[in-house]
Amino acid sequence: MAEDSLNSAPKAVVIGGSTGSIDVLLQVLPTLTPPLTYVCIIVLHRRNTADSTLAHLFSLKTTIPVREVDDKEPIQPGIIYLAPADYHVLIEHDRTFALDDSEKVHYSRPSIDVTFESAADVFGSSLVGILLSGANADGTAGLKAIKRRGGMLVIQQPETAQATMMPQQAILNTQVDYILDIKEIGTLLNNLNL
Amino acid sequence: MVMIEDEQIDLLLSDLFELYGYDFTHYARASLKRRINRVWSLDKFPSFAELRYRLRTDTEYIKRFVEELTVNVTEMFRDPSFYKSLRLDVLPTLAAKPFIRIWHAGCSTGEEVFSMAILLKEAGLLHKSLLYATDLNPDVLASARKGIVALSQMKQYSENYLLSGGKADFSMYYTAQYGYAKFLDELAERMVFSTHNLVSDRSFNEFDMILCRNVLIYFDKALQQRVLSLFDESLGLLSYLALGAKETLRFSSLEAKYRPLNGEKIWRKIA
Repeated sequence: MAEDSLNSAPKAVVIGGSTGSIDVLLQVLPTLTPPLTYVCIIVLHRRNTADSTLAHLFSLKTTIPVREVDDKEPIQPGIIYLAPADYHVLIEHDRTFALDDSEKVHYSRPSIDVTFESAADVFGSSLVGILLSGANADGTAGLKAIKRRGGMLVIQQPETAQATMMPQQAILNTQVDYILDIKEIGTLLNNLNL
Repeated sequence: MVMIEDEQIDLLLSDLFELYGYDFTHYARASLKRRINRVWSLDKFPSFAELRYRLRTDTEYIKRFVEELTVNVTEMFRDPSFYKSLRLDVLPTLAAKPFIRIWHAGCSTGEEVFSMAILLKEAGLLHKSLLYATDLNPDVLASARKGIVALSQMKQYSENYLLSGGKADFSMYYTAQYGYAKFLDELAERMVFSTHNLVSDRSFNEFDMILCRNVLIYFDKALQQRVLSLFDESLGLLSYLALGAKETLRFSSLEAKYRPLNGEKIWRKIA
């Protein structure tokens, strides 16, 4: 199964998405079996209002704790972290989060590329990058960085995505390991749980 | 894409400190790394050696490099609910003071300073206020001093202004010319701009309020604590400290002496 292609047990899963990705997560989250043994970080393009209703919405769908990232927060397995509106999320080598409000990337802050590249730097080959539905080119450069460090790439099957551009860009431009539909993404996330 | 190695970052940081006195060693590393990669590819250096040579030898280039290392993204009335809270909860408590001193630490190009001046004017307090605006970067201060922003931003800023509880026609605060908006001199007259480096410089006055929003996120914990202590020394009893939306006094030595205002990142010194 999927985890065989990882060089080591997954330490972290980063999930990126834009248009249409919230629905995917609302379907996937209830299928996850707690507790999670890995770190899960979700970066979604969203309106830049500083409210945390999205984290609340997700937390209704799973008993796994869902939390918006705070600056300098230590990263713990078993928690689903959500990038806050209007900040990029980076990861330090001491496994703490670092927030950044620098220029938008692909018109987006948070940007998926920024978090994926930073996570690749820290988690190396024990990282899984998952890219979901979206109408934007964000995510592809980040997936390339994950691959360079020996991590695993998973893309939502474009036919099942509300917006196909983001997954299609990634499939065309990166060495994808798995192209999965929504149900299979949930199965994979459970199989990564060791 | 270029990717700088961590050892190379250490070399650049010690050059910057030894040759020019800029100490970035306590900046948050992940973000700093991105900034360096960014300026490396923007300025098209073919190799690390060439980037380093330019930094060590070109004193003009150093200005640009430092400006690119630091993040100068800012906007007017960012997080409108924060400004609403300043209007409703903070400014009324300062009204009885004979004189109001406010420090914008890390003010970048000054958008937040002009936002504050507008709030003070609308509260009838501007004439007895002084806004100290500091940044480590002389070029962004020069830009702030002019009080000029791109006209294309004004739609967003005027929306933010209304959401912050502004009731006036926002366009009365500036004149538009050649694609730029210039703020009224009346606002700038109450501002003092000066370079100040939070890493190395000391307190220079006592203030009724200090605003330092989205600056601490770029520092490591040790430097955050240093800067917060500097702010604490610069605040009198019942004065205010305002931070960015994701910054906090939690886990700092200030926590016990400051009481948070409901909801927003504003604290009042109570001990």
